[in-house]
Amino acid sequence: MVDKSLELFDCGHRACGGCGPAMLARLMLKATGENVIVVASTGCMEVFSTPYPETAWKVPWIHSLFENAAAVASGIEASLKHNNRTEKVVCICGDGATFDIGMLCISGAFERGHDITYICYDNEAYMNTGIQRSGATPYDASTTTTPAGRMSTGNALPKKDLPQILNAHGASYVATASVAYPMDVMKKVEKAINTPGACYIQVHTPCSTGWGFDGAKTIEIGKQAIECGLWVNYEMENGELKKAKKILRTPVDDYLKAQKRFRHLFKPERNAEEIAKIQAIADANAAKYNIDIKLKE
Amino acid sequence: MALRIGAAAAPGRAPDNKTGSWRVFMPIVDMEKCTHCGTCTLACPETAVSDEDGEIRFDLDYCKGCGVCANECPAKAIKMILEEN
Amino acid sequence: MLQIMEGSHAVAEAAKLCRPEVVSAYPITPQTHIVERLAEMVADGELDAEYLCVDSELSALSVCLGSSAAGSRVYSATSSQGLMLMAEVVFNVAGMRQPIIMSIANRALGAPLSIWNDQQDSLSLRDSGWFQLYGEDVQEMTDQHFIAYKAAERHDVLLPGFVCFDGFILSHTYEPVDIPTQEEIDAYLPPYVPYNKLDAKSPLSMGMYATPDYYMEFRYETDLAMQRAGNAISEVGKEFGEMFGRDYSMHTESYRMDDADVAFVALGSICGTVKDAIDEMRADGIKAGLVKIRTYRPFPAKEIAHALAGVPKVAVLEKNISLGTSMKGIVGLEVKDALTGTGIDVYSYVVGLGGRDIRKKDIRAIAALAEKGEGNMFYGLRTELL
Ligand SMILES: Cc1ncc(C[n+]2csc(CCOP(=O)(O)OP(=O)(O)O)c2C)c(N)n1
Ligand code: SF4
Ligand code: SF4
Ligand code: SF4
Ligand SMILES: [Mg+2]
Repeated sequence: MVDKSLELFDCGHRACGGCGPAMLARLMLKATGENVIVVASTGCMEVFSTPYPETAWKVPWIHSLFENAAAVASGIEASLKHNNRTEKVVCICGDGATFDIGMLCISGAFERGHDITYICYDNEAYMNTGIQRSGATPYDASTTTTPAGRMSTGNALPKKDLPQILNAHGASYVATASVAYPMDVMKKVEKAINTPGACYIQVHTPCSTGWGFDGAKTIEIGKQAIECGLWVNYEMENGELKKAKKILRTPVDDYLKAQKRFRHLFKPERNAEEIAKIQAIADANAAKYNIDIKLKE
Repeated sequence: MALRIGAAAAPGRAPDNKTGSWRVFMPIVDMEKCTHCGTCTLACPETAVSDEDGEIRFDLDYCKGCGVCANECPAKAIKMILEEN
Repeated sequence: MLQIMEGSHAVAEAAKLCRPEVVSAYPITPQTHIVERLAEMVADGELDAEYLCVDSELSALSVCLGSSAAGSRVYSATSSQGLMLMAEVVFNVAGMRQPIIMSIANRALGAPLSIWNDQQDSLSLRDSGWFQLYGEDVQEMTDQHFIAYKAAERHDVLLPGFVCFDGFILSHTYEPVDIPTQEEIDAYLPPYVPYNKLDAKSPLSMGMYATPDYYMEFRYETDLAMQRAGNAISEVGKEFGEMFGRDYSMHTESYRMDDADVAFVALGSICGTVKDAIDEMRADGIKAGLVKIRTYRPFPAKEIAHALAGVPKVAVLEKNISLGTSMKGIVGLEVKDALTGTGIDVYSYVVGLGGRDIRKKDIRAIAALAEKGEGNMFYGLRTELL
């Protein structure tokens, strides 16, 4: 069971106030407990938690590069296995490290089926380097490399479906979660580390600085993403969808309006055409994961 | 303090950095309203809220004043107030 | 006991005798025979190691880094393009002070694509923080693996190292080689004792980032360690000599350097040809000699200056090119630096790139050029193509 009293992520770290990824770091360690080795990628979390010598990690932690955490974790796991050690190996990496530059190492690690849990803290852009687009950036989000402008409505590409890609690798357990639901996050992390083989959890971690909202609203925004169907919390085991959180879906408007990265869709007036496209993404998610609660007429 | 080679360090030094100095607004709690639901203690990214001996306490050395606890408190027991000096 | 063995297989035997717990590599010509042989050893139960078939060299060395950080002795091997794909990890491993040993079967870098030998690959990573040993023949490159592990893992060193040897010329050549027994290597090379280790019993953060308040000191410490690596290699090379009769206490080997008028400086298998050419030249009354560099990093400047003292002309044979520099060769620049103030003339000759043959007569011609004071040039170009 999750021991909520255990605090393995220290205070004093340098994340922005209300940082979603910082919430996740804490929750994740509550779920893993002390018998873990954490592997990080270059990015916000690594930087805000480990300026030498002030590490916030009270468990063994290693950072090598932006793109190789899954391979480093593979090596750690191989060493532990060889020496009959019992620590669990958990990667905690940004969406850029996961969706983009780390794909090669991740694909290899999942193909080999190491007993590791790879957690992506998805704040939907490269935050550490100043809010540039990643493969996880949602459609139409304005980032510093996909700025909205007279000829652009922001990021032109849809979010990559990474969980399905890793599912196709034969991952034993694939789940999505959101820091807006802390107990659910902990439950899934606990499940993943106790499932043999390579497991993947993608956690929505709203970023006030990158998305443009008040840090007090990190959880509120996370909930809105789920309520409108743009983020779906689900679990897949051995390739099959097991559970998806059912919701009474709201239109995407409120979620978009709450964030500066989508502000251009409402100014000077509401861009009905683009918002309809985003609504279609939410509708497709709802159909794919069957999340709509059907009310009796 | 001599460097530990390989840019390695043992835990314990992060709390040297007192992030409470970042704060503009400060959380205060109305214990009359608090139901001890645990939302604030779990949500705080700084581990700066505790619920011990029936009392919600904020660790002002580290609380950044982000307001997540106040925003999420289902009982509306926490308020953010502008901190004097 | 002497056995006739392919260079790659001798290297695989050496790696096995060092008892790595994790082996991770990605195939690339001319390194392939090494990792294939190790895979067989694991498959046949001769070697008790985790053998990871990975997706790329990026992963291969990253896996090694993870295993090493978790406390295991590890082994990898690569060449050329593979080493370049690893480059970011190469620097990272050194900064994290993980004593990983990697064999480099030296090969040219593209473009144009070439699978043949020169030493551009490892020499280009001279500033990465890995010590670099170069073998002249199969025996030497085999022995250098034992020495490398022993030096790297010393707590006054804790640096990774390349053991380099010329692709095909050495990796694919059959030579008689004395392979020590497991008992002998166990007596020589103690089990790996990590310094920084990932262990839940005593947590440590590794690979943290350093602000400008700390970064320079980390780099300074790594440079000091590299200097200590020189002593360590020499000491464990001497111990090796005492146990196995082949002494490696020197970072260089001098060949017929007494009263030499012209001295060659070179790394690797070319030294064999140079020695033969020197014998011929000496027979013809030309006083030539050779200073072979075994340890290229840390650069044994003092030893080289001592070996070359009083020689009027020095010809550095370069299987590399430092594009856009006046000397053209990487090694020559450093030899020249080692000889500052001596008045000795140092010239680089870029030879043998991408597998171009180097014959005794070429060596003799280069000696003549050096005598005339002509150098810092390509030698052996097909002028009809230019
Ligand atoms: C090979 C390489 N390319 C680029 C960078 C620069 N870089 C550092 S962190 C980062 C973005 C990280 O994005 P993400 O993984 O999403 O983490 P976040 O910062 O958003 O938490 C980039 C581009 C790097 N460190 N290494
Ligand atoms: S930029 Fe975003 S992810 Fe980075 S520390 Fe700030 S809130 Fe957290
Ligand atoms: S969230 Fe509100 S009600 Fe719940 S424990 Fe905190 S202060 Fe009390
Ligand atoms: S204001 Fe933010 S940092 Fe302070 S206690 Fe509340 S949640 Fe924690
Ligand atoms: Mg990100």
